[in-house]
Amino acid sequence: MARLAPSLTMEVGLNRLMKRAKRPIGALIAAFTLFAGLLAASPAMADDEIIETEFTISGTLLDGETPLVGVTVTATGPNDFTQTVTSDDTGMFNFFVPEEAVYTVTLDESTLPEGASLAPDTPASQEVDLVGMGFAAVLYTFGTGEIQEESIWDQLIVRVFAGLNFGLLLAIAAIGISLIYGTTGLNNFAHGEMVTLGALMMWVFYTLLQLNIVIAALAAILVTAVSGLAQDRLMWKPLRRRRLGLNQIMIVSIGFSIVARYIMLLFFGGETKDISGGGNAVVIGSLYTTDVALASMGISLVALLGVAYFLTRTRVGKATRAVSDNASLAASTGIDVDRIILIVWVLAAALTGLSGVLYGLQFQAGWELGFNILLLLFAAVTLGGLGTSMGATVGALIIGLVVEISPMVIANELKYAVALVILIVILIIRPQGVLGKKQRIG
Amino acid sequence: MDFIGILGLTIGELFSPFTIAYVLCAMGLAMHFGFTGLLNFGQAAFAGLGAYGFSISVLSFGLDWWAAALVGILSAVAFAFVLGIPTLRLRSDYLAIVTIAAAQALYFALSASDFADLTGGSSGLHGFAESFYAMNPIPEGRYTFIVTEMSERGVFISIIGWVLVILVSIFLTALTKSPWGRVLKGIREDEDAVRSLGKSVFAYKMQSLIIGGVIAAVGGMIFILAPEYNSPGTWVTNFTFMIWTVLLLGGAATVLGPVVGGMSFFALLMLTEGVMTGLVDLGVLPFLNISQVAQIRYLLVGLALMLLVIYKPQGFLGNKKETLINAR
Repeated sequence: MARLAPSLTMEVGLNRLMKRAKRPIGALIAAFTLFAGLLAASPAMADDEIIETEFTISGTLLDGETPLVGVTVTATGPNDFTQTVTSDDTGMFNFFVPEEAVYTVTLDESTLPEGASLAPDTPASQEVDLVGMGFAAVLYTFGTGEIQEESIWDQLIVRVFAGLNFGLLLAIAAIGISLIYGTTGLNNFAHGEMVTLGALMMWVFYTLLQLNIVIAALAAILVTAVSGLAQDRLMWKPLRRRRLGLNQIMIVSIGFSIVARYIMLLFFGGETKDISGGGNAVVIGSLYTTDVALASMGISLVALLGVAYFLTRTRVGKATRAVSDNASLAASTGIDVDRIILIVWVLAAALTGLSGVLYGLQFQAGWELGFNILLLLFAAVTLGGLGTSMGATVGALIIGLVVEISPMVIANELKYAVALVILIVILIIRPQGVLGKKQRIG
Repeated sequence: MDFIGILGLTIGELFSPFTIAYVLCAMGLAMHFGFTGLLNFGQAAFAGLGAYGFSISVLSFGLDWWAAALVGILSAVAFAFVLGIPTLRLRSDYLAIVTIAAAQALYFALSASDFADLTGGSSGLHGFAESFYAMNPIPEGRYTFIVTEMSERGVFISIIGWVLVILVSIFLTALTKSPWGRVLKGIREDEDAVRSLGKSVFAYKMQSLIIGGVIAAVGGMIFILAPEYNSPGTWVTNFTFMIWTVLLLGGAATVLGPVVGGMSFFALLMLTEGVMTGLVDLGVLPFLNISQVAQIRYLLVGLALMLLVIYKPQGFLGNKKETLINAR
């Protein structure tokens, strides 16, 4: 993976970079394009020959963090258009061009300051397509300072950290699936939609309504928890009363997941929503991460410990485990099974909503978000052993690490596929999952 | 509103090659779920393997259409082994999770740019249908069928498709009425009872998984031969869910259920979509736009799936006594 110059890393969250790991240039161009857009809006400090127009091509010449001053750059375009500028004190250059067309931008290498040279993969002459854009950026990278290969260990540290982070996010949602499965026997295929709901609600409360981040998160979790309560009371409890078979209830949950997903699409639209911008970069030794990621990991850990305490130390938690073990026996000892199931639904929905909030803050929110990670959640739960909370956590961490580490050896777009293949392989070797009991398999 | 137009589209949908493709996939699923009780949520992968097996064989290896079709079928068989060996010994819900996961993994692989030389990546494949249509005896021209117009290729693939549906129906009827089929139903109702009779439940389930998968692979080939285009985006989980809805609508444990389910499902879908689009055009539904009407289509699929399972699990044609499994 290529690492970007620190000055840029500050602007763009690490996770964003990880996503673009295959094309760091893309991230740079995006940053520059934004910058160029701002320039286009402000009055230009024009030389005599330069006419101010709406159409701008710009770029910044930086060798590492040193701006390259006084470098000659020429743009040529249709109708014999030619314009030559030199980079200013900050290494920046701008062209104001007459029309939206394709231009060729050429950097005169003989004007580069002593010691600076273009990176081997950067041509001096580049085509810039302005059509339909209005502004565009040219990117020149210099020497070896801009893009440097990280050592394999540094890469691994960053990826393991990102994997743990993602794994913890999966874990709090997977525990929800596991608790519901344990107490009701339902493999809830509509679980991913609660992750989506949490993330979209965070977008509504934090980005749209501009509430304080803690209040917004609590509100989003509350909405998701209420949705869990409503799901159990209005749908799953009546279906249990009808004595519908477990497999049938599972198919109902698939239908419900489709309905819920498309309702959210109708309300929120198909575009992804940026909630926080990914947070600020934090560097600890050779580890690059963001403050949001660190906070998210901390919160996830606290939530996981909270669940463990609840299940092992509180009366309701013990009753929950009793219901998971044997519902009829639990009922005969005076435990109100329906009440326990309701509590489990609310707790599971709240945890899943929290997962959605944290996911949305670090990455982005969109209507298909939950559906995309649903299979990873199932993989986590199945890996650990269906119905055990500890197993779900371990499974989620394994899946998170696999998803984040596998791009070191295979294409980024196949990282989810690898996690799913590992699920299948583990089922061959150890069907009951890593921590499951043998009796749980059929 | 153009009622005649909507009606024409609806009738066209009854017999379109796409409906046939779904019907075939649903017949395969009837084998899996209706007769054996296997919760297969990866039917899109079986169909997709048929489609990609066919189109890659033609484009990359220059095989004739029949050899390519054989490759497609064999890919589905291989996939059935890959899925079946780890999961058929496990409880039924494991199969559900593993099949849906495997199908999704396959979709990622098919649309990945790393294998684009072979699969065409996310833009898919085309130009694989020539050797198939070379044997088309129907002269070139436009043919009007009730109200829908088709090219000679459309007519040909429709005829082939319906012939296949009839053949598969006969085949499935014979299978399910045979002693072999009765063992399958026994497995669906009570696995342990069948095991106590000395039957190898695993082997029977595997055979069922293979047969149903092969039928779906054939459906997948029909699906891509009609538009002469194979896109990875077709073989996603929504495709599987549509097949489930088609199957449950018609009746899971019946041979003709998928046919009735498929025809009525797509006709109804087209009818509601047409009427809603018409109403949006007239401004009656001001809170919707045209692209949202297409989204509501999927919403209705989900709703139909829920309501069917809850209120009419036997579907149109099924017998209430023979509904779904209550396995645990």
